[in-house]
Amino acid sequence: MLNAKLNLNPDIFTKKIEMKLMRDGFGHGLLEAGEQDERIVALTADLKESTKVNYFADKFPERFIEVGVAEQNLVTIASGLANFGKIPFATSYAIFSPGRNWEQIRTTIGIDGYPVKIIGAQSGLNIGHYGVTHQGLEDIALAQVIPSMNVVAPSDYNEAKKATLEMAKIDKPFYMRLPRIESPVYTTEKSPFKIGKANILTESKKPEVAIIAYGLMVYQALLAYKELEKNGIETIVINMHTIKPLDEEVVIRYAKLTNAIMTIEEHQVIGGLGSVVSQTLSKNFPVHMEMLGVQDRFGQSGKPDELFKEYGLAKEDIIKSIKKLIAKKNA
Amino acid sequence: MKYTTEELQEISKEVRKDIIEMILKAGYGHPAGSLGMVDVLVTLYYVILLHDPKKPDWEDRDRLVLSNGHICPARYAVMAHRGYFEHKELFKIGKFGSILQGHPDKRFLKSLETTSGPLGSGLSQACGVAYGARMDKKRFRTFVICSDGEHNEGNHWEAVMFAGKNNLSNLTLIVDRNNIQIDGHTEDIMPLEPLLDKYKSFGWSVIDIDGHNFDEIVSACSKARSIFENPTVIIAHTIPGMGVDFMENNPNWHAKAPNDIEAKKAIMEIRTMGGKVTPYGE
Repeated sequence: MLNAKLNLNPDIFTKKIEMKLMRDGFGHGLLEAGEQDERIVALTADLKESTKVNYFADKFPERFIEVGVAEQNLVTIASGLANFGKIPFATSYAIFSPGRNWEQIRTTIGIDGYPVKIIGAQSGLNIGHYGVTHQGLEDIALAQVIPSMNVVAPSDYNEAKKATLEMAKIDKPFYMRLPRIESPVYTTEKSPFKIGKANILTESKKPEVAIIAYGLMVYQALLAYKELEKNGIETIVINMHTIKPLDEEVVIRYAKLTNAIMTIEEHQVIGGLGSVVSQTLSKNFPVHMEMLGVQDRFGQSGKPDELFKEYGLAKEDIIKSIKKLIAKKNA
Repeated sequence: MKYTTEELQEISKEVRKDIIEMILKAGYGHPAGSLGMVDVLVTLYYVILLHDPKKPDWEDRDRLVLSNGHICPARYAVMAHRGYFEHKELFKIGKFGSILQGHPDKRFLKSLETTSGPLGSGLSQACGVAYGARMDKKRFRTFVICSDGEHNEGNHWEAVMFAGKNNLSNLTLIVDRNNIQIDGHTEDIMPLEPLLDKYKSFGWSVIDIDGHNFDEIVSACSKARSIFENPTVIIAHTIPGMGVDFMENNPNWHAKAPNDIEAKKAIMEIRTMGGKVTPYGE
């Protein structure tokens, strides 16, 4: 059953559930953070509206900087602003930032640990028709390999807003990825959210598998959970909205409880959540694992659902993999 | 206090001697560019910059961002002479645990403005500092030193456009125009000329100087302070390896340490200046 302590949306599994953009969650969060702290400034690389930094820009034009289509400049100017004492939010698409400007992020933000917040919108397969060149499927790997970097991937509008507000107050560099499409707002304003602390969305006395996911894949996992529950298979769904620092305690605890862990992500499995969860478990408590995600492939054009199916991230794929995992652990 | 040109020349000579000894001890380094920028760095730290070696985090200090981090031996040596840290630290450059890392690392030496080395990013960072300062109506000036070779980097031109667009008049860029880079002469590797016209067309004020003439360096920096319309670039024509005859203008000395014999010869030449420097006023 759903974890009652999390105050999840009562409409979570109904057609009435509200659909909203996580990007709007970021945009509204940034506006609020900007009202609270005048050190906050925002930058974009010719993507003001689609990154939703426009809400902040309209309210605080004097604290908004347009750098043009220049992602290397975007993050190095942000580094300079932070060096001076500002808290910059640098917005672009995941594929370009941290894709095109990785070394600049490492050198000018990472090494000295400046509190620059890098926002990578339009991440994942879900950007659909734009195709392979614009599908950021490697951004989390690129960001998390930088030693001082924190990496967050919210799973709905409310979380994107809460994550933005929280990271604005933390004196460290952050990368936050955001998808393009609207997604079900399955949490509420009252749902707890703390960077670095995973949310356990479901409870069970005898769970067979723990599913760990972030971003759009959390709701996919919840749909799989619901269907499996009808068939008498109980699972724990964990929203790992912070990939770095990883909530290792939760990963280990649920590995011990279930002996079977599945990760799901709209990202390359190499260097993504699958990799880090597996690293944690290899060191602490090895169990059977399945890692759903993009398996060392490039993306392509299509509708989000078509792509999720092609890359093994549809609800049916999740259910199939869970059954496989259960068979493996019972063998 | 005010320094005469002769005094600045003497300091430069000492700094050059230190640089050769530092690179000799480290067995690694970039002597040509380091020796070439000594006069500019000495002028900045002794005459131009508003700063306090005892209070390196003074919030109203002028900032000096070193984009071409590989010439850090020169900056370190000038900072040591100016009292930022003990002189003996210089000879631990690049050694394990040294405050003077092989490329500038602010984690080890807080009085550096930035960590740098990878080329093409320093001007962007300085743009961020200058932009933030203007937002908060701060009066300090942000100086940036970059090499000519790093104009090959796209990131640098992104920043040139940005500073021009935003009329960052509190920003002064000093280009070390020494015409060499690792693989040879800049005009063979990737021609930069007409460099002055390029900056002009991006909305900058431009000043062309002899980077070894203290008077010209001082007057260019003072002029830059008085320009309120746009950012200023000072193209400082320098001689790579300045002061050491066999290193001057030779790209082979861009990133090569001298051996013992070469270092001794170099130091002798610096002490006498080998007759290579036109004394001030002549």
